[in-house]
Amino acid sequence: MPPLAGQGRCLESVPWRGAPVSPGETTLEVSVSHNDHTGSTLAAHVRQVTGLNPARCYQCGKCSAGCPMAAEMDFRPHDVLRLIQQDKREQLLSGESLWLCLTCETCTARCPNECDPARVIDTLREMVWRDNGGAGAPRHIRAFHKSFLKQIRRSGRIFEFGLVAGYKMRTGSLFSDVGAVPGMLKRGKLALTPTRIKGLDEIRRIFDKCAAAETDAEEP
Amino acid sequence: MKLGYFPGCSLHATAREFDESLRAMAPRLDLELDEVEDWACCGATSAHNTNHLLSVSLPARTLAISEAQGHESLLAPCAACYSRLAYARHALEADPSLCDPVKDAIGREPPTTVQVLSIVRLLADLAPRIREKVATALDGVQIACYYGCLLARPAELNDVGSVEAPTAMEDVVKAVGATPVVWNQRLECCGGGFSLSRKASVVRLSRSIVEDARAAGAAALVVACPMCHLNLDFRQKAIARRSGERADMPVFFLTQLVGLALGMSATELGLGRHYVSTADFVARLSGQEGAAESASEEIKEVG
Repeated sequence: MPPLAGQGRCLESVPWRGAPVSPGETTLEVSVSHNDHTGSTLAAHVRQVTGLNPARCYQCGKCSAGCPMAAEMDFRPHDVLRLIQQDKREQLLSGESLWLCLTCETCTARCPNECDPARVIDTLREMVWRDNGGAGAPRHIRAFHKSFLKQIRRSGRIFEFGLVAGYKMRTGSLFSDVGAVPGMLKRGKLALTPTRIKGLDEIRRIFDKCAAAETDAEEP
Repeated sequence: MKLGYFPGCSLHATAREFDESLRAMAPRLDLELDEVEDWACCGATSAHNTNHLLSVSLPARTLAISEAQGHESLLAPCAACYSRLAYARHALEADPSLCDPVKDAIGREPPTTVQVLSIVRLLADLAPRIREKVATALDGVQIACYYGCLLARPAELNDVGSVEAPTAMEDVVKAVGATPVVWNQRLECCGGGFSLSRKASVVRLSRSIVEDARAAGAAALVVACPMCHLNLDFRQKAIARRSGERADMPVFFLTQLVGLALGMSATELGLGRHYVSTADFVARLSGQEGAAESASEEIKEVG
């Protein structure tokens, strides 16, 4: 979607209430800073990577109203957009909230101004993952992603028994759901040996190239 | 009709009965499934949460192989796989700057022609054929059609006709004689990939789905996603502990419901692999004396 020139300028004179604005920071300054999107702001990064303009968000809150995880988040989807506009990098990127998004896409489907919060949140998670391997994510969610990706790299497919074992080693929650294993085996839902695809070298190449592209990407 | 087939990882493990019921049903609807050779995982949630290029490249490789096998359409029954494969096709078309890095990563030409198809779209399109072949009509059986997220959203990848008010699944359910109930939670999220990593959220979200289906008078839930099935079926015991209800709402894959109507057996459809028993539901369908016992025996044997 081509970014629209001048989006967000109308906010300049409108007092805004809602997300925190630190002392001394007027809404006028906020609007101007999220409007130019040059340099190394979060908004500029999101815009560069996705073509989406965070300044388009006018805080109607429809995204958060439909978000199934909003009740568990410190920053709900519309707060995320506001914090980007305010360039509150540390506050936004170090928290758990980003990692609680399930990508159900309700926010994106309902946004009246095409801000695509789901894609924006993925973009921020990718930044955090690249910078520090997902520090700040809830431990169990981080462990899940690490185990999951390792399984794909190792086998080309998810071997669920190995996934669960790897996840448990990382989290130390060795006994949660252990009672479920016999039932899963009885129902034929858990394979005991992994299936490795033939094109594993291709999969490793994909992982290596994508990691390299990540490193090469211009730092925000 | 010949279709490319991408089962995905879940259909070889926790959702084996989705694969079994689909493969068993296919010949009866004149479908030939040609599995993508040496397919790899679509990357699912973990890839798109952490690396956008990876989340496009993993499915792009599978799609490229599918095209090389001559597939015009590729069936991805798992809603999450459907979403990731369809997204990769969409992203490569919408953002040409992705093509070079993806080509470099997969070492093949990025896909440009194959159409990714969800099971709901396929069966909705085949509804007239299904109606003709029904052997055991599910007359008057009340069914809650649960879409979840990824078949309907985002709009660019919607495969069920409408983002907020789809009817594709209901069309299939009507074709087998059943009655779709009117309820509120059919497009809400079940907690998806948090099944392992954030169980409390899954129980909270899935509980409202099961309770709403029950309040609407549904005799069963129908899904088209392995993660939805896991959260609503496997986790129903945990939900019941929380709500004080019984874990007695059977959760069928859409293919299983159609298979039952086509006259296929519980064994063929993998009904014994479920956590919430489907025996009573199946027995009521056949409506015969002693049917409940024979159905539950058959279902137990599979387990």
